[in-house]
Amino acid sequence: MTKRVGMEVSVAIGEMVKMADVDVVAAYPITPQTHIVEHIAELVADGELNAEYVPVESEHSAMSACLGSAAVGARTFTATAGQGLELMHEVLYVASGMRLPIVMTVANRSLAAPLSVWGDHSDVMAVRDTGWIQIFCENGQDVVDNVICAFRIAEDNKVLLPVMVHLDGFHLSHVIEPMLFPEPEEVKDFLPPNKYPLPLNPAKPVAMGDFAPPFIYTEARWAHETALRQSKQTILKVWDEFAGKFGRQYKPVESYRADDAKTLLFTIGSFSETAMTAVDALREEGLDIGLVRLRLWRPFPFEELRAVVKGAETLIVLDRALSVGGPGGPVCSEIRSALYDANPRPKIVSFVGGLGGRDITVDGFSAIVKRGIELAKTGSDREFQMFGVRE
Amino acid sequence: MGGVIIDSDIIAVRLHGRGGQGAVTSAELVAQAAIAEGRYAQAFPSFGPERRGAPVLSFIRISDKPIRIRAEVTQPDIVVVLDPSLLTIVKVTAGLKPNGLVVVNAKSAEAVPAEIRGQYRIAVIDASRIAKETLGVPIVNTTMLGALVKASGIINLESVAEPLKYRFGKLAEKNLNAMKRAYEETISEEAANV
Repeated sequence: MTKRVGMEVSVAIGEMVKMADVDVVAAYPITPQTHIVEHIAELVADGELNAEYVPVESEHSAMSACLGSAAVGARTFTATAGQGLELMHEVLYVASGMRLPIVMTVANRSLAAPLSVWGDHSDVMAVRDTGWIQIFCENGQDVVDNVICAFRIAEDNKVLLPVMVHLDGFHLSHVIEPMLFPEPEEVKDFLPPNKYPLPLNPAKPVAMGDFAPPFIYTEARWAHETALRQSKQTILKVWDEFAGKFGRQYKPVESYRADDAKTLLFTIGSFSETAMTAVDALREEGLDIGLVRLRLWRPFPFEELRAVVKGAETLIVLDRALSVGGPGGPVCSEIRSALYDANPRPKIVSFVGGLGGRDITVDGFSAIVKRGIELAKTGSDREFQMFGVRE
Repeated sequence: MGGVIIDSDIIAVRLHGRGGQGAVTSAELVAQAAIAEGRYAQAFPSFGPERRGAPVLSFIRISDKPIRIRAEVTQPDIVVVLDPSLLTIVKVTAGLKPNGLVVVNAKSAEAVPAEIRGQYRIAVIDASRIAKETLGVPIVNTTMLGALVKASGIINLESVAEPLKYRFGKLAEKNLNAMKRAYEETISEEAANV
């Protein structure tokens, strides 16, 4: 695993699904996820991956088929994007409520109308409350590593929850870039076979996803909440173990030149890399600025967030989704809420940008930071700023 | 051999082609060759649905350090034009750096508009003819690679062989020949008015 290989990130996901020796893939192709499932279908057809590939007629069926295969204890993978994720919506709740360890990569895409196949986080934010573990990636290497970690996390008997691995549509899914790949043996060693504790079995009948009258539904939801919250311990353990084995350390909240910085820029997903370049340029100009990236979206990393912002005076949060008619960016809303009782409480400025695949360049990030610092001083009569919009 | 004439930390290339000509494949092969050389690189298409025959873009970045930019190339060091008909309908030099290079598929340097020849170093190759003669089809992606490598030196020609074999399988040898022929026949010309 010493040599970097140049590959399209979507194809790399297929290679990792192969190394994870997945048993069942049920998926419906949709831009910009298509290359992921195309490559997996190829691997299955060529006999390189011994799995059942179920070509379903919709994403609703894709996730429904995944429920069945995960329930019998088969290692299960799927992938989708944008409208596809929305079409699965109700089944997502079933997957997590039934505690089924499905892994899904989402090539994040905006939502129609108007029709857009391009990337943003509208799709993710709409499934925020589905009870899945959600991990964001900022480059191909993150994706390769976290697909493997996702299976370990999901299938851990202390967790048993489905995991979404998010990668920005096109900005990550369609880029050829260098990545380090583990050896198949190393993956085998890191990722033991899936041992689902209560698999469906005609010889030992169990009921799953059963009817829950009012006397028990609240308890079921609380159990789900507790499981998702506590999954963070396992996520941390798996990431640490991964770092020990492969040398790359992932954390719920990651930062760049943020120690003691007065101003912190917050990003999520692939824009973080461009933002780092902007932070370097702004530091050259003498600004006291750092970058914080949320890698773990669910369970939300409250403690890590509070620790990283200690001492910062201004937070500038860039969202790639809009809560229409609401407070602006969903990520900023949650950060504001998490820090409301902080003392001292930093000023928080919300930007929404990069919607529907629109690039934000290094200069764009610099402009956001400078405007954000200004607004932290002057205040604004708007809940959020729409970056770069032509009004 | 042109040698590397670019002094940027990150060499940025924009390719102009038409859907179906293989501008995306060209970008992919260059990035894979650079990565095989132990460097860092990105290649990606102008994102979105593609249509055969319509003007398309693809992009390459190459650096000795990890590349931390995820946005289209708007200020390229090098522009590659796979289809001569684009020269008059698209401003291919938009954002091109002052010491930039334009690699063009054209019958001769005279076929390149004077304003481009005046301002930028150009490299000319009759890629359509070479592709037709060597491959039997006017798909110029691999041919243009030979010209790009010759004029810019951004990667070694030998580094392309492996990714090209992987990508083209039994058609690899013909494409390799087209690329090598273009490498030999490419003519570079300094900017006329600088």
